[in-house]
Amino acid sequence: MSLVFAGVCSHAPGITGRAERAEPALRDPFYASFERMRRALEASRPDALVVIGAEHFANFFMNNMPAVCVGMAASYEGPIEDEKWLRIKRTRVPGAPELSRRLITEMMNDVDLAYAEEWKFDHGIMVPLNFLTPRYDLPIIPMNINCQGPPLIPLKRCWTLGRALRRACDQAPERIALIGTGGISHWPATPDSGKINEKWDRDFLEKFLDNRRDALLAYTDEATHREAGQGGFEIRTFVAVAGATEGSKGQLWFYAPIPIFAVGCTVAVIDLKAAA
Amino acid sequence: MSLYHVQKLLYQLNRDPSVRKRYEENFDSLLAEYELSAEELRAIREPDIGLLYVMGVNGQILMHYAALRGFEWDAYIEAMRAGERRYGPVRTGLYVRAGQDL
Repeated sequence: MSLVFAGVCSHAPGITGRAERAEPALRDPFYASFERMRRALEASRPDALVVIGAEHFANFFMNNMPAVCVGMAASYEGPIEDEKWLRIKRTRVPGAPELSRRLITEMMNDVDLAYAEEWKFDHGIMVPLNFLTPRYDLPIIPMNINCQGPPLIPLKRCWTLGRALRRACDQAPERIALIGTGGISHWPATPDSGKINEKWDRDFLEKFLDNRRDALLAYTDEATHREAGQGGFEIRTFVAVAGATEGSKGQLWFYAPIPIFAVGCTVAVIDLKAAA
Repeated sequence: MSLYHVQKLLYQLNRDPSVRKRYEENFDSLLAEYELSAEELRAIREPDIGLLYVMGVNGQILMHYAALRGFEWDAYIEAMRAGERRYGPVRTGLYVRAGQDL
């Protein structure tokens, strides 16, 4: 089989942790879009869900920072954050170690990867799972792209990573779903938290949804940092999804800046059937 | 005596319950295991969240330490702003403002 579902969504901790402080007129449609994504994900009947996230110093530190790491554990625990702070109850999430190993082995033909048989999920994965797999019964394969501690891998390598993942999925008999999670422009956990460059976000999303490789790979970290904040480095997760779905267009199911969530809240799904 | 060691301590404190237990039982003995300057020690002990921010501690590490030390979200944001007013711009790392070196 191959990919049966692909999409992207936001993961900011405020989405759950500061829920009551958001404007209901924006928050509720955002949550409804997550619910719509959950139904679409379930309808695709996946055997496992690959989550490409941007881990935030939950597992990896500058003593040994992988550019990209893929989980290969039988199970994962999360959230690592205080349950009351994130408002997500700590739980154990099933993994898919044998499938992980096959995907990693295949991907290594094209990209260098670290792997981890131990991994604690932070908000970057737990917030999406809270909405998309609320029973935590779908096996998860986490993949982390370092977006926090430069030097970071270039965007062109994120695209290559996505393509390698797709090729590995194409060779697996399992039905595999893929979610990329990250912010677009945002300045999380800083005095500028809540600042969002909506124009920059919409421009990026247009290129992403249109799967325009050259336009996506033309972004530079210097310009992204200036216009979209350090949180903008997380576009790497979107670019990896775009690489994995090369030739397919996407649909934007939700986008709105919600400052108390500190991000332009996004839900988008790729129409894999439209792939050439 | 560097941003690296400050962040390493806070990273381990955030993620490792056994390190958090040592923080609760004997913070000084835990701090002694890291190479920290007098300024860094003061910022961590007090805690001076604004100074830690200006030193360049990543917010994804700092926000959890602030929460551990009782800072609600708005207080955490205000502490960083106060830090910039008192100590000047962020010295190094991701949060150096546009126009400064990355």
